[in-house]
This record gives sequence, structure tokens and C-alpha cells, in this order.
Amino acid sequence: MHTPDSSPRASLYYDYKIHPFKPAPEQRGEQTRHPVAVVGAGPIGLALALDLARYGVASVVLEADVQVSEGSRAIVFTRRSMEILQQVGVAERMMEDALPWRSGNSIYRGQRVFRMEAPYDPDDRYQPMHNLQQQYLEQYLVEQCEQQSLIELRWGTRFVELLRNDDQVELLLDTPEGEYSLQADWLVACDGARSPVRSQLGLRMDGASYTGNFVIADIKIDIDLPTERLAFFDPDWNPGNTVLMHREPHGIWRLDYQLPAGETPEQALQPESLYGRIQAQLDMVGIDAPWQLDWCSVYSARAMTLPDYRHNRVLFAGDAAHMLPIFGVRGANTGLQDSQNLAWKLAARIQGWGGDVLLNSYSHERVGAAREIIEEAGKSTRFMTPPSNGYRLLRDATLSLSLSQPFVGPLFHWRTSRAHDYLDSPLNSGDKADNGPLTGAPLQNIRLAESDYLFDHLGGAFYLMLFAERPLDEPGLQLLQQRLQQEGVPFEIVQICRDLEQNDWPLLADPDGRIAAKYGAADGSALLARPDQHLCARWSQLDLDRVEKAIRIALGKSN
Amino acid sequence: MTEQSKAEAMAVADLEQVYDALAEAIDRAGEAHDRLFLTKLVLLLANRCGDRQAVLEAIDAALQDL
Repeated sequence: MHTPDSSPRASLYYDYKIHPFKPAPEQRGEQTRHPVAVVGAGPIGLALALDLARYGVASVVLEADVQVSEGSRAIVFTRRSMEILQQVGVAERMMEDALPWRSGNSIYRGQRVFRMEAPYDPDDRYQPMHNLQQQYLEQYLVEQCEQQSLIELRWGTRFVELLRNDDQVELLLDTPEGEYSLQADWLVACDGARSPVRSQLGLRMDGASYTGNFVIADIKIDIDLPTERLAFFDPDWNPGNTVLMHREPHGIWRLDYQLPAGETPEQALQPESLYGRIQAQLDMVGIDAPWQLDWCSVYSARAMTLPDYRHNRVLFAGDAAHMLPIFGVRGANTGLQDSQNLAWKLAARIQGWGGDVLLNSYSHERVGAAREIIEEAGKSTRFMTPPSNGYRLLRDATLSLSLSQPFVGPLFHWRTSRAHDYLDSPLNSGDKADNGPLTGAPLQNIRLAESDYLFDHLGGAFYLMLFAERPLDEPGLQLLQQRLQQEGVPFEIVQICRDLEQNDWPLLADPDGRIAAKYGAADGSALLARPDQHLCARWSQLDLDRVEKAIRIALGKSN
Repeated sequence: MTEQSKAEAMAVADLEQVYDALAEAIDRAGEAHDRLFLTKLVLLLANRCGDRQAVLEAIDAALQDL
């Protein structure tokens, strides 16, 4: 019998709410076949359920606990994550508390040896980074799910076993009122780094585990420093190692430090060790304010991925699919991109407007993204936690040079999470881009007016973007739209015109050609964006037959 | 002319001067810091030289006959 801990978790700033277990219809003898079962009500599972609901696909989300996650966990959300969260309706709520930022500082021997500002384009609604504790994101997603009749959130329900994975899935679940089995057409495992679904299938991840453990500790303290990334290299109190500090909302700071070689997690979490080290770090920065410990945990840096995120009717997303070094904010941010990539494809497969191979393209695109992230993260990891004598010597030489030789500064670059460009996606077609976003890359947001951006208008649909002097009055366009809509394909047309006075969605005025320039789009050209806002084709001249063919390719229905 | 051949073309007197200066600098760095010093020096020279291929070839050459 599964008995989740039903006492609210302790926190200095967050008020945990208990979501009591409620017996499932299956436990009263009702058998239903759910279109989608999602295991894990973390940010990725919840965002996926909300994204599926945008297409009208119902899901049941199964969560072993009866409250949101313990401790702040993921605290930095990228611009791309905010854009994805905007689509599922929680970005505005997040922005009420989140702390936006864009600068990172590397500090060695008390000197700032490198400072980097992540680029910010005034056409973007969101800043490069936003700090907010994961519990709040989960809470906002849960509240959004509760408003959504297509989503059933089952708390206190633990995944035990996958009983079937053939023309449907069947799961054995355990609850405070005993076990039951649940039938679904699809299962998405969003059950985290220790994924029970992954273990159940006996799947192994490829990649590397780096040596070295890190402590993350959240403290309540009043520090008068801006919201920026602070990385301290080789501090006197922790020789050879790296310490990170981040401001979180609600008067909390995150400290993240590497442990001396050979020290166990148990030793590291001993109060005298923990308190002594946190105080030593604060002393070094010159902070004498009182503080209290809120939460702490130990992690190791890993860079691993499953080689395939699809196993018949079981799909993996988020940490269940890959484990990435967290100091480039790559965990939740990568997972949110997974969920956004998967949602429309799964919806299309279920509703019949997309082919089965679409789900293989999910794996293709997202495994590719994970491998690219692992490659990039490897560089940062080798600098932050040198894996060998040679790497340590080079890192130390770089630190020493950094005090007087600015040319080594870029070696401190922390390479944060960014949106992956699906350049080799099987869903891409059309002409090559000379300028503007490449085929496979995400769209670029455009500021249309005060607090009005292009992405605010986009929903879960394909968008054909036409660039012209004035709106096209082409009967073929309407016919194409009607034909696609009859097949259930969500498809919209946006026209960006130089000869318009004002915006009247889906007509956008572009009198000075600013939008066209941003997209590298000449008069008469056309771009096709997928429902996840990634470009899948572009043409220098609009040709409706080619557009229709590109949509079939992007839907995995070209054969 | 590649960087490598430029280096080979260094006059004997100049090379001798570099030889002495490097030896004395290694001694000044001391056993505790000589490896760090040499690594810094390579990074500095690599940056001055600006020729990735020449540096990679020099790394290979230096690894021979250890």
C-alpha cells in the first residue's frame, strides 16, 4: 500500500498545500481507456498535460506525492521556457514573482575576471533568465490544470509496473486505497531522474558521470546584490573548487558548492560542515547578515541521455529522458522544450492529423538536442570540475592568467540552455535561408506594440507567414486552409505587409520592413512554422502546392 | 611562412637568450608552481601566435620522445 507523506513539507517561505488522494473511477470498477497517461506531476508532466489540452486531448496525470516538490530545485527559467509557459497559460503568473536577469560574473581572488551579458532583443517579451523556485511554477501549473476539464490530476498515485505496451498501455498503480490498473493509449514518462518507468523498461542512458559532488543550499538572508549569476573560483575556504550564488525571490539565496574530493554526501550534509561552509562563503563575499537554512541537497554532475525517447507507446521527457549538468540551467529548461515538442505531435497522432512517424521525429529532434547540450555542457563541466590532472592544470592556469589577461575571459563562458535548432529534422523542407532564422530554428518574437508581441497571438497551429506589399487576395489560400481544417490540421495564415497602416491580426503592418528584415524575408516569400513555433519550411516565392507538401512532410504524412 | 618555420628561423643568439630566461623563470616559479607557470606560458604564446594548427603541431612535437 502506497502511503505518501501527507504532512506539509517544511519551508521558510513556501506554504505547502496537501492535495489529498481521491479514489479513482477505476477503483469503483469503472474502466475507461485514457488517451494519455502522464507519470509525474513535475513541471514537465504538467506542462505537457496543459499543452495536450490546447489541442483537445484529455490526459490523466499520476503523481506519487500529495504536494509539490520539496525545496526550490529548478530556479532559473530561460526566455524560451517562458515562451513555452506562456503558451500553457502560466507565464504571466510567474512574472509576478520571478526575478529577470541577464548578467553573469566570474570571480577569482576577489576580482571579477569575466562578466558576460546574455543578449536581449527588444523584440523579446522575456529577459534571457528568470529566477523562481520550482514549487511556485508547479503550483501555478497545478492550478491551471485544475481549471482544465480535460486534465485529471491524481495525487498519491504511484506507478508500480507497466503491464502492457502493445496496441495500448496498461499500468499498475498503487494508492492509499490499494492497487488498480489503468488503461491508456499512450504513456508519457515525466517521472524524473530516477524514473521508475525507465527502470521498469530496463533502459540505460549513454554518457558520462563526472566525478565530484555538489551541495545546493537555500538560505533565507537579506543580501543587497543584484540578480546576477555569481561564480567564485578556487575560494580560500574551498580550494580548487567552484561556488555559485543566485538570488531567488522571497528573500532566498541559492548557494551551490563543490565538495572536496572523497567527501561523501552524508558528511557534506552534517550541520557543522554545512553551516561552516555557508558562513565561510558569506564571509568571503563580506556579508554579515543573519541567515537560516531552508533546504539543502547533494547532486553529482551527469551528462547522459536515453538513445531513444520512444518505446512503442511509451515516451520519455525531461529528466526521465536525460540528466544534464544543472549549472547551465539545463534541467527543467530542456524538459520544457521536450514537452512542447511532444505535445503537438502526440495530439496529431491521436487525432489522426499526423502520422505515426511524427513521434519518431520527437525522439530524433530531442535526443539530438540532448546530445548537443551534453557536448556544450561538457565544456563548462570540464572547466568547473576538471576531470583530470591536465584539465585541472589548464583551468588553474586560466584562473591565474585571468587576473591580468582578458583574452582568457571567454573560457569562463557558462553556456546556458538555449532553444535547439532542429536543422536536420525529417520534418523540414523548402528552400535554404539566406538570412533570418534557419529552417528548424524557433521563430523570433516581434514586438508589435506596447505589451503586444507576435507570440502572444500564436496558438497550437501551423502558421503560414506571408511577406508582401499588401494582403494577398488569393482564393487558393482560403481553399488550402479549409481543406486542412477539414482534415483536423490546425492551420492559420498571417500576412506581414508593408502597405498596411495598422495591425489587425492576422494582418501585421510592417511599413519599415523591420519584421521582414528580422525574418530575412523578401516580398513574396513565405515561411511555415510548426505548432511548437519552430520553422519547418521557407520559400522565396509562395507556391501553394509546395506549402501543402511541406505540411504533409511536417506531419509525417508525406508517404 | 608558417609560425613553426618562423620559430625555427629564430637566430641562435635569440634562442639562447630565451633558453636562459625560461630556465631562470622555471627556477623562480619554484617546484610548487613550475607546471602552472609553463601552462600559463603556453596559453599566452598560443594566443600571441594566433595559429591554432601551429600550436597543435607544437603540442604533438613536444609529446615526442618523453
